[in-house]
Formats: sequence, C-alpha cells, structure tokens
Amino acid sequence: MAKITAGVATSHVPAVGMAVDMGKESEAYWAPMFAGYDFSKQWIKDNLPDVAIIVYNDHASYFGMEIMPTFAIGIADKYGICDEGYGARPIPDVMGAPELSTHVAASLITDDFDMTILNVLEVDHGLTVPMSLMFGAPEAWPVKVIPLPVNVVMNPQPSGERCLALGKAIRRAVESFDGDLKVQVWGTGGMSHQIQGARAGLINEPWDRKFMDDLVNDPETLQYKPHLEYMVEAGSEGVELIMWLIMRGALGDKVDEVHRFYHVPASNTAVGHLILTPKED
Amino acid sequence: MKPDFEQYKDIPGTTIFTIELARLGFELNQFCMTLRKASNRDEFRADERAYVDKFNMTEEQKQAVLDRDFQKMLDLGGNVYFLSKIFASDGLSYVQAVSTMTDMNVEEYKQMMLDGGRNIEGWRSKKERGEA
Repeated sequence: MAKITAGVATSHVPAVGMAVDMGKESEAYWAPMFAGYDFSKQWIKDNLPDVAIIVYNDHASYFGMEIMPTFAIGIADKYGICDEGYGARPIPDVMGAPELSTHVAASLITDDFDMTILNVLEVDHGLTVPMSLMFGAPEAWPVKVIPLPVNVVMNPQPSGERCLALGKAIRRAVESFDGDLKVQVWGTGGMSHQIQGARAGLINEPWDRKFMDDLVNDPETLQYKPHLEYMVEAGSEGVELIMWLIMRGALGDKVDEVHRFYHVPASNTAVGHLILTPKED
Repeated sequence: MKPDFEQYKDIPGTTIFTIELARLGFELNQFCMTLRKASNRDEFRADERAYVDKFNMTEEQKQAVLDRDFQKMLDLGGNVYFLSKIFASDGLSYVQAVSTMTDMNVEEYKQMMLDGGRNIEGWRSKKERGEA
C-alpha cells in the first residue's frame, strides 16, 4: 500500500520564487531565510517521496471569479506554470501522478468531500515556491505532484475542522492505494501577513510560534480556531494557515518534529517552516 | 448556518474579501485577470482608458484603476491578488504597491518589515482605536 511518510509546512511568498529565479539566495536580505531551508534540502534528498500532495491556494493566477472551488484536486499528467503578471517563472513544468491522484480524488468524494476535479490546471507561486525552497532550481523536479488548491482568498473559507478532517481523509485515501508509493503531504502559505489596507505589514511572531506548537501537539483543539482570530491576529492573508491543518490531519495523531524554522521578513510576510513525520506505533 | 460578515468589520485598516464583496467586484476582478497575458498588458499600458472601457466596470471602479487607488479598489470589491495583476503590469512588487495603502512611504515600510513588521498592539479593533 502507499504510505504517508512525512508532512512539510512552509510559507509560499512570491518574492522568494523571484529570488531563486534571479540567483539572489546569498544576498544579505535573503541569506538568513534560505539558510533555514539548508537542512530541508538535504533532508528531502535523503527522504525523497515518490509523490508530494501539495495543498496550496491559487492567487487569482489560474482561477478567476467565474469558478471558485473550495477544495479542488488535480488529476492531470502535468501542470504548466502560470503567468502571474510578471511573466511565468522560468522553472520546469510540474509532473502529475495521474493514477494516485485519480484514486485519491475518488476516495475523497466517496468519503463525503465534494472535491472539484481539475483535468487542466496551471500552478502558481503557492505551489512552486515551496518546491523551489525544498529542491532549489533543478532541471526537472525530482517528485511527482498532486496539486490540491483550497479557497482561502474569498470568505467564507472552509473551516479549520473541515481542513483537519480533509487531511485525515487524504491519509485514508493514500493508504488504500494498491501501489508501493511514498507520499508526502505539504501544507503551504502563511504565516502572519497582511498585504492590503492601512494595517498592511502586520506580523505577529508570538501568535505564529504558538500556532506551530499547537499544530504539532494539539491539532484537535487548533482546528476550532475561528477565521476571525486568524484574520485579526495573523492578518487578513494569515488565514492561509488553515491549509497547514490539512497537512497535519494526514499525519495521524502523533508526530515527530524533524525541523522548525521561523524568519521575518520575506517581502511582507513571516516565513514559517516545519518538517513532521508520523510517529511510529 | 447564517453567515456572519459583520464580525470582520471591526478589524482596523482591513477589507475582508467576502462573497458579498466579490459579487460587487466581479467585473473589476475579471478585468484584472485579463492582465495575465503579456499582449493584454501591452494593450493596457498603451491606452489605459480605452482598455478599461472594454469592461463592464462602474465608472468609479475604472477611475480607481486609472488612479492606482488600491484602497478604493478594495472598497469597490477588488481583491489584492487580482489587483496584483495591475501593479505587476506597472513593474511594481507587492511591497511597492502594498505600501501605498499605508501611511508610510516605501522606504519606511521596508524598514518596518526589516524591524519585524507592524506590531499588532493597537491594531486589533476599530473600537479600541476609537474608529468605530
């Protein structure tokens, strides 16, 4: 059977992608942030999965306002890269995992999650920046990917409870696949940031650190945190953090914390990063 | 369950992009989506007025676009991820565009971020700030 081997959480700041594309990782502004991922780049080489299910949000890059799916899943062979207004990032296309993604999509729907199915999708910085942070700038990405876009842009977003439950359903879906695959689940976005209005630039480090603690140790309580608290305490865009709950739900009750990193700022944003593995029974 | 959009209105200096606001801003946000294509960005830059007139936006929305008044665009139903296509067409970064919605210039804003970002103390509630 396929197995969930680890979870990765990371912010997905667009400027980080540009820094990678322009080779700025060692500049004074960026070096301390990229240093937090040195461990992760080695770790993932040593623990390379066959497939990464990447939970992210589209930022008005592929989805306009005609259709706004709350939870969606890509089942395509490959995914192109969006032009987000600056020209598409010069990175390889993302290769899909059609057999596993079709199974996971069907399993989730059977499990009462009404997923929107994406046979065509281009991916934006929400998905590609985490890949750049974990893999650098390779000629081809070393893993296959199942994109799982979540609406966190338009309120109401899905509840924290629903996100954690979706993660648990992803675990059941993966474990019921007849194939010997190692699968990671990545939760992306956050941490505290607000990129609009007079309150723009908001950062709340104590809240972010507590969120990481609770995500690791007490997700069953964390799931009930209301959207209002995310928006007040972590900024209007900080509500992206509900996507980390999906990753956490996929790992089971107890986890080991392999790596943690926190840094301010990247552009307008606090960068948070965790690597977690399911605790063996 | 009855949705509660009122609860978000006490957050100072913040516009929550609700499904209600999204309906108001539909045409504005759809205009922004066209700027994902380089040829459309060129056309927009060549004659902004003629380009925005191709869309079914209100005159107020069009004027806010031409004025690059991002706060006004938020008030009229724009969302920052959609609006980013406008400032990307201008060759501006998120930091450069976002800082225009604050009371700081871009250098002051960048320095605030380097110093750890905007402290939340005093920024939790309009009522606390005497703004409501």
